[in-house]
Formats: sequence, structure tokens, C-alpha cells
Amino acid sequence: MSILELKNLTLVKDGKILLSNINIEIWAGYVHAIVGPNGAGKSTLANTIMGLHGYRNFVGDILFEGKSIKNLSIDERARLGITMVFQEPARFEGLAVDDFILAGVKEKKENLIDEALLKVGLDPLKYRKRAVDKTLSGGERKRIEIASIYAMKPKLVFLDEPDSGVDIDSVKFIFEIIKDFKKQGTTVILVTHSPEVLKQSDHAFLICAGKLICKGEVDKMFDYFTGKCAPCNHVGNPEIEDGKTI
Amino acid sequence: MSENKILQELLFYSGLHKTSPDIAHVEIHGNKVLGANLVEGLIVKSESFSEGVNIKIEVVKEIKNPVRFCFGLIPENGIQKINIDTVIKENASAEFFATCTFPNAKNIQHIMNANIIIEKNASLKYFERHIHGPEGGVLIVPVTEVFVKENARYSTEFELIKGAAGVIKLDYKAKVERHGIVDMKARIFGRLKDKIYIKESAHLKGENSVGVLTSHIALKDEANAIVENEIIADAAFARGHVDCKEIVQGKAVARAVPIVQVNNPKAHVTHEAAIGSVDSKQLETLLSRGLSEDEAVDLIINGLLK
Ligand SMILES: Nc1ncnc2c1ncn2[C@@H]1O[C@H](COP(=O)(O)OP(=O)(O)O)[C@@H](O)[C@H]1O
Ligand SMILES: [Mg+2]
Repeated sequence: MSILELKNLTLVKDGKILLSNINIEIWAGYVHAIVGPNGAGKSTLANTIMGLHGYRNFVGDILFEGKSIKNLSIDERARLGITMVFQEPARFEGLAVDDFILAGVKEKKENLIDEALLKVGLDPLKYRKRAVDKTLSGGERKRIEIASIYAMKPKLVFLDEPDSGVDIDSVKFIFEIIKDFKKQGTTVILVTHSPEVLKQSDHAFLICAGKLICKGEVDKMFDYFTGKCAPCNHVGNPEIEDGKTI
Repeated sequence: MSENKILQELLFYSGLHKTSPDIAHVEIHGNKVLGANLVEGLIVKSESFSEGVNIKIEVVKEIKNPVRFCFGLIPENGIQKINIDTVIKENASAEFFATCTFPNAKNIQHIMNANIIIEKNASLKYFERHIHGPEGGVLIVPVTEVFVKENARYSTEFELIKGAAGVIKLDYKAKVERHGIVDMKARIFGRLKDKIYIKESAHLKGENSVGVLTSHIALKDEANAIVENEIIADAAFARGHVDCKEIVQGKAVARAVPIVQVNNPKAHVTHEAAIGSVDSKQLETLLSRGLSEDEAVDLIINGLLK
């Protein structure tokens, strides 16, 4: 069963094609990865599905659980069960970590905060009362974002570069929580240019220059990271039929 | 409603219902003093008149625990005038924590006139929290004149974040002598058709005196705010800073006018004023958690005003 379907999704901004006729089906309950070089349009794709400002005038359609979400606002999409961790998490002056984590949780239980923080390897005693502001490092903010999403138990989550800024010792927590998301029934879409993150997925999509280049098994997708940029060999200027299965 | 019931409600809304014998407190509903507990070194005399209460406060030594003042009106309509004369004697110090509670206000006036003298080497830290109902309906006029003598300190913080502000006309003036310090802060969240007028002013008369005036105002809906904070520095090595930060959403209108005047070439006064809206990334992050735009803006602004 697919939870999300992109139908001929095209996004043009300032005369530039950012997403070009993308057709994707996301199967429920799996961990998917969207990979591709910098500037390929990976974040753009996630932002468009979330409905962020500046990503709403697309052509084509987005179906969530079979229904079009094209005309829904961000919060309406979120209330259906779609959410995301931004590539660059926002800073919130004066907002405590525990209030931030509970903000999107329907049944606000105190113990959820500790559970979520421990999952991303942060000590609740040290972090709960701190503000989600510039006194936290990029990696700490990222982990707190992921913790907050974990507490929400969404149906579908985009994790945009989930390891960026996170130190080597803590990345294992991110990889663990990806498995936990899957266990609790959340469909995960990893947006990444890292082979290590790609390894955490069950299934992958390669995009380049706003086009879906191919999709399929993770193992086979690794050629892309070996430097050959297979299967097309033209970084930023793909010459392959869209959406080929490998 | 019985007096005791009113007292319990006032204390409940202000969150000050837990107490102990070594904590001084005074509760005033309308023009009635409903309760009080004094501690050594703190002298409070009060006298009611038809629309309010005159209070004389003297602090003659260091008071350890914050002194709690609970003002307010539980009914929908009414007037409360509080005139306070406070003297903090030489070398004495105290912290006052005041709450002003108008949870059901439809048509309420709260007029506070304070004269404060902080004598040599003395200090007073004053915090005033307002708790209003959701609809406004309150006219708040806090007027304070404070004399900060040699080497004395005065800090004051006015907080109105819960409930609609209504109409506020805040006017705080301080005169500061040598080595004296004044620090005034207002944090207000205006909504609906709230009208907020803030004028904090510090006159740095003595050498090495210091003044810091801060106003952090957030506005949404059709609220309107004007902030006119002013520092005048007369003496050598007097230092001052005026900081106005305003956040506007919706149809709100904000105006900030920092005024600085320096009458001595060795004085130094700076100011900053910033008016902006809620950051779109913060907003979108919270929207993507399923919060409505209103809930998201409230959460962001409450953080910023902290
Ligand atoms: N809001 C936008 N307006 C204009 N161009 C954009 C916008 N967002 C992304 N782009 C452009 O789209 C391309 C893809 O960006 P992005 O999706 O961030 O790439 P990545 O695959 O690295 O996540 C880049 O060339 C970027 O400059
Ligand atoms: Mg990106």
C-alpha cells in the first residue's frame, strides 16, 4: 500500500525547473531514501510535500493515503500525519526543549520528553530546561528536532539530512531512532547525500537536476556514491530515462 | 462572594497561595486589604478610600524573602487605585513581587501611582506580573517616580503576557545619582484591539550612574503599541542603553522612538530599536507539528518575551 504518491510533480521557480515531472510511490511502513548530489532538488521535494511557503505552486498532484493534499496548508497536512525535520533546524529564543518537544504531541505526557531525548542520546536532566536557541549546536538542535518528531508519532516523516552536524559518536542514535520510527509504524523518508544514511533505508530514489533518475534496491544505489555517479555519469545534467528501476 | 473566597481566588490566579510565616505578603482586592503578613524590617501602613488604598512602605534592613503584593479585582467591572509611597532606607534592601489580577475584566481601571526613594547603598528589585482575562476590558495606568540615591540600585520589570492587555499607559521615571543603577524592563503581549503606550525614562544625574531601559513588545491582531523610552545623561561617566524590540503579526502596528540626550561629553548612551515579524522558519516548523498559526505564534512570542 502506498501512503504517498507524487503524480507528474513539476515545480518551476523564477524560470528554473526545480522538480521535473516526478512520479513516485512511497510504500507505507518502510524506510525510504532520496539521494542525489547537492542541489539535486531533494530538500525542494520534501518542502513541496510539506507545503512550505514558496513550494506551493507546483503542477501535478500529491496524494496522501489516496487523497490529494494539494490545497491543504502545512498544519492541515501535519494533522493528517505528515511532518518533517528541516535540513537547517530553526532556533527558538526562550522556548524550552520540553515545551518544544511536546508542542506537536496530542497526548502530552511528561515521560514522553525523557524517552524521546534519551532516544537521540541527550540527557534529559541537562537538556529539558534549556532553550532551543543559538546556545545549542547545530547537531544538538537536529537531535532535538528528531526527538520532537519521535514524540509525535507521525504517519510519514521526512528527515532532511538527519546526520548533518551530528558528531560521529551520536550518529548511532540517529540510526537507531530510524529503526524505532519503523517499529512504531511511521513511514520514513531520509533525504540525504550520505552513503551511511542511505544504508539505513529499505528502498531508495536517486534524483539529479530535479529529475528522478532511478529507484530500487539500496545496494545497487551505491554505485552512485563510488564517484562514477552511475548510472548516468553526468552530474547535474542527467541523460537517462526518468525513473528507471534498478 | 465572601471576602475569604475572593482572597482565595486572587491567590489562586496569582499562583501565590503557598506561603510561610517568614514570607511577607499583602493582599488588596479593590479598596480592601484582605490579608497581610509582615516581617521584621518591613513597615507597611495602609488606608482605604472609596476607590482604592493608600500604602506607605518602609524597608529599614535587608529583607531576605521576596515580599508578595497581590492586587486585583475579581468582578467584571470596577476601579482600583493604589497609591504607594516606598522608602528603602540606607543600606536596606528588598525584593517586591507584585501580581495584578483581573481575570474577568469587562470594564476595569487599575491606576497605580508609586513614589519610590531608594536611599544611599540601598536596593529594590520590583517585579509586577499582570494576569488578565482573554477579552481585555482593562485600563492600566502604572505611574512610577523613583529616586535612586548614591550607590543605590533599582530594577523593575513589568510583565503582561497572560490574557489581553486592554489599554496600558505605563509611565516610569527615574532620577539616578552618582554610582546609582536603574534597570527598567517591560514585556508585553498585545492582542485584539489592545493599545499599549510605554514611556520609561531615566535621568542620569550623577557621575558613573547607569540606566538600562528595555521594552520587549509583541503584537498581533489589531493591537497597537508606542514605545518612547528616554535616557538623559548629565554627568561624566554616566552610561545608558535603550533597547526596544517589537514583534508584529497580523494588522498590528508598532512604533518605537528611543530618545537619548547627552549633556556631558564624558557620558555614553546607546540605543537600539528593532521591529520585525515572527520568523517564517520558526512558524513553519511549528505548523509542520500540527499547531495552528495562532498557537504557533503564541508559542514563539511567549518564548521571545521570556
Ligand atoms: N525556494 C527556492 N527558490 C528558488 N530556488 C530554490 C528554492 N529552493 C531551492 N532552490 C534551488 O533548487 C535547487 C535544489 O535545491 P535543494 O532542493 O535545496 O537541493 P538538495 O538536493 O541539495 O537538497 C538549487 O539549485 C536551489 O538553489
Ligand atoms: Mg538539501
